[in-house]
Amino acid sequence: MTTNSSHAGPTHKAVEAGVTMLIAVFGAIVVYGSIKAGINWGAEGPRAGFFPFYIGIFIIASSAINLWNGLRDGDDGLFAEWGQLRQVLSVVIPTAIYVGVMPFSGLYLASIIFIGWFMRWLGKYSWPIVAAVAIGMPIATYLIFERWFLVPLPKGPIEEWLGL
Amino acid sequence: MEELVNLFHGFAVALQPFNIMVMILGIVLGVIIGVLPGLGGANGVAILLPLTFSMPPTSAIIMLSCIYWGALFGGAITSILFNIPGEPWSVATTFDGYPMAQKGKAGEALTAAFTSSFVGALFAVVMITLVAPLVASFALRFGPAEKFAVYFLAFCSFVGLSKEPPFKTIAAMMIGFALAAVGLDSITGQLRLTFGSTELLNGFDFLIAVIGLFGIGEILLTMEEGLAFRGGKAKIDLRVVLQTWKEMPKYWVTSLRSCLIGCWMGVTPAGATPASFMSYGIAKRVSKNGKNFGKGEIEGVVAPETAAHAAGTAALLPMLSLGVPGSPTAAVLLGGLLIWGLQPGPMLFVEQKEFVWGLIASMYLGNLVGLIVVLTCVPIFAAILRVPFSIIAPLILVLCAIGAYSVHSSTFDVVLMLVFGVVGYLLKKCNYPLAPLVLAIVLGDKAEEAFRQSLLGSQGSLGVFFSNSLVGTIMVLGLIALFWSAIQEGYSRLRPHSVA
Repeated sequence: MTTNSSHAGPTHKAVEAGVTMLIAVFGAIVVYGSIKAGINWGAEGPRAGFFPFYIGIFIIASSAINLWNGLRDGDDGLFAEWGQLRQVLSVVIPTAIYVGVMPFSGLYLASIIFIGWFMRWLGKYSWPIVAAVAIGMPIATYLIFERWFLVPLPKGPIEEWLGL
Repeated sequence: MEELVNLFHGFAVALQPFNIMVMILGIVLGVIIGVLPGLGGANGVAILLPLTFSMPPTSAIIMLSCIYWGALFGGAITSILFNIPGEPWSVATTFDGYPMAQKGKAGEALTAAFTSSFVGALFAVVMITLVAPLVASFALRFGPAEKFAVYFLAFCSFVGLSKEPPFKTIAAMMIGFALAAVGLDSITGQLRLTFGSTELLNGFDFLIAVIGLFGIGEILLTMEEGLAFRGGKAKIDLRVVLQTWKEMPKYWVTSLRSCLIGCWMGVTPAGATPASFMSYGIAKRVSKNGKNFGKGEIEGVVAPETAAHAAGTAALLPMLSLGVPGSPTAAVLLGGLLIWGLQPGPMLFVEQKEFVWGLIASMYLGNLVGLIVVLTCVPIFAAILRVPFSIIAPLILVLCAIGAYSVHSSTFDVVLMLVFGVVGYLLKKCNYPLAPLVLAIVLGDKAEEAFRQSLLGSQGSLGVFFSNSLVGTIMVLGLIALFWSAIQEGYSRLRPHSVA
């Protein structure tokens, strides 16, 4: 798990155990929240936490069994190679930035930069093609969503300046 | 014969020019969605749902259901031409469809696939026409205990029938229920599980979950595989179509069997994917050409496609008549009903006749339109697949973001979508099924309400779920479904030499 060669990566078993544990933690949070909301009977019958409490218990119990099964006879192969995970992160991180910037910049500007980045760096396209797609798509989106189907999309300072 | 009259009224609704237009638009969009990686029936419909907010409900459901039919058709194109199943239910179609294409018989394979899809869907729609009103009028008498029993049966069938390990199915399902519980409790009006966050007041919207889990998650999986499309050209001319049609009646037994399997698997929420595999498996075992399966046998395309389409269509039966969707896409359609202000369930057949029968009539027409569209436009749709992934991917990601935002006009939902996407990627890789998770988010509140109301009536005794023969039968069926794989295993152990 330490080398950076092309055929190394985290084992499936380890990742699966981690995911199962996270699910169990989620279950514990649900149980905790349910107890805070009240899990016994009140004047109006079962209180708000009654149902989710048992759901949380189910999550923890099934995770325990999944953890046991996974460690006993789980997949011994790789979860993914580091190179593959890098590919995945090269989508996740820009998308996270895109999503984070959107409330401030509006959807259109963020989309133009995002599509442009993706095509230029991952696709290695020439600038004219990049510009055509990156600018064409938001324009099409504007026409279809805002003009024809009357669905408002988030706008930023540039749209305001353009008076859209 | 009241149904027949209603159906004719439905056709009158579906044949209005505007509805015909949205039907064709829906089919074309649906096929594109079915062809593109990362966009499937469920999240495709979820992303495009906001487009229907300003439409009358009947036109809206016609458009969305047609997107669904289109996606079902579209999955076959990529399977046969590129050996890449655009949708999970088309995996079985690749087994014989792709070898046929390699032998230069792509036209035959596509024609067979589309025609079988059409036959399967038609069979299922006829079944819906005949059965749905009966089920609905029966379900009108359901009290809270019976309602809960139906949900119980639906979720138990997931555990028993899915190919994933049962405890992973349970875990995924329970995560869905927990997410559904977040926010305002509908009975007591009390807040729960929000931990002081104002964003979580209204809970998690399952549309966001669908877009994230299926859309973003799928893109991440595709990135990891570093997919490159290579595929043959598609050409269908009239001669090939007619020739294939002449050949197809030979396989009527396979067709009929696949229709029945599809309807059965579609009504129980197992869905189209297991139906297509099961149908292919049985056809392979029963057919006299069985040993040629996998080498490009046309019957091996007919069987899975018929079943997948029948199942996909039949999934709308419980959605319409009981308010329990039979597949994630049906769940999204059900979410649409709620947004348009309709209450899904048996009352629809009483209060919203025009809507229900307009939808059913549109299923007949939509599939016919779909068949014509795919037969004539295959080369165009196949060309979409040659657009490289590094162009398609950012466009799909942006579309997902737009879809997620426009559900509630909230940028927080877009963040949530990305979180769901990463979670979906991890869960999928670790073999957790996503469909029960989504269905649990959709049905969680209703199931909980039915459960608590039943308990309220019985002063907390669980005996209420076995208090009369109707609710008892449904619960027992549920328990059988829950332990189905264990029962099967025990049975095959008792008879060690029988075929599993």
